[in-house]
Amino acid sequence: MTKADLADKLYEKIGLPKKEATAIVEMLFDTMKNILSEGESIKITGFGTFLVRKKSARKGRNPKTGTELEIEQRRVVTFKPSLQFKEIVEKV
Amino acid sequence: MTKSALIEKMAEKVDGLSKKQTEVIVETIFESVKESLSKGGKVEIRGFGNFRLRARNARKARNPKTGDSVAVPPKKVPYFKVGKELREMVNREN
Repeated sequence: MTKADLADKLYEKIGLPKKEATAIVEMLFDTMKNILSEGESIKITGFGTFLVRKKSARKGRNPKTGTELEIEQRRVVTFKPSLQFKEIVEKV
Repeated sequence: MTKSALIEKMAEKVDGLSKKQTEVIVETIFESVKESLSKGGKVEIRGFGNFRLRARNARKARNPKTGDSVAVPPKKVPYFKVGKELREMVNREN
């Protein structure tokens, strides 16, 4: 399923015209990207939480050459699914 | 930020959509993602990330209260892989 399929779902389920549906799907994920890039987490009840976490700097190695290198401090996004989401996919 | 704050933020940006309508739309989008995964599908949002299922092996666990050994059956769990664009955006403003 892609963004286009999600827009189709909006048309099927609530009759939102395709053009508007496409724009709003795009907008939802753009808005979420902007919030997360400001370092703020997003909690969607019944779905899950997108968390922005800080990873501290650490030493790593280039797996090919074995050369040691410094991995800088960085921020990453992780997703923690809600209990309800976990329950509906458990037995798939 | 919660879902309702996200919905407010979006309703501000869209002309001609009430908060209530925006809420229904956002709910429907997340419901559709869950539905797809519950049917074994995956959802790919270019620039944001992919949602799919990951298999977890059966394992033995313990009831922390009684210490009894419990068999946990194999199961599937939702998994989100962050897209390249989002990964770079989040890391840019360190």
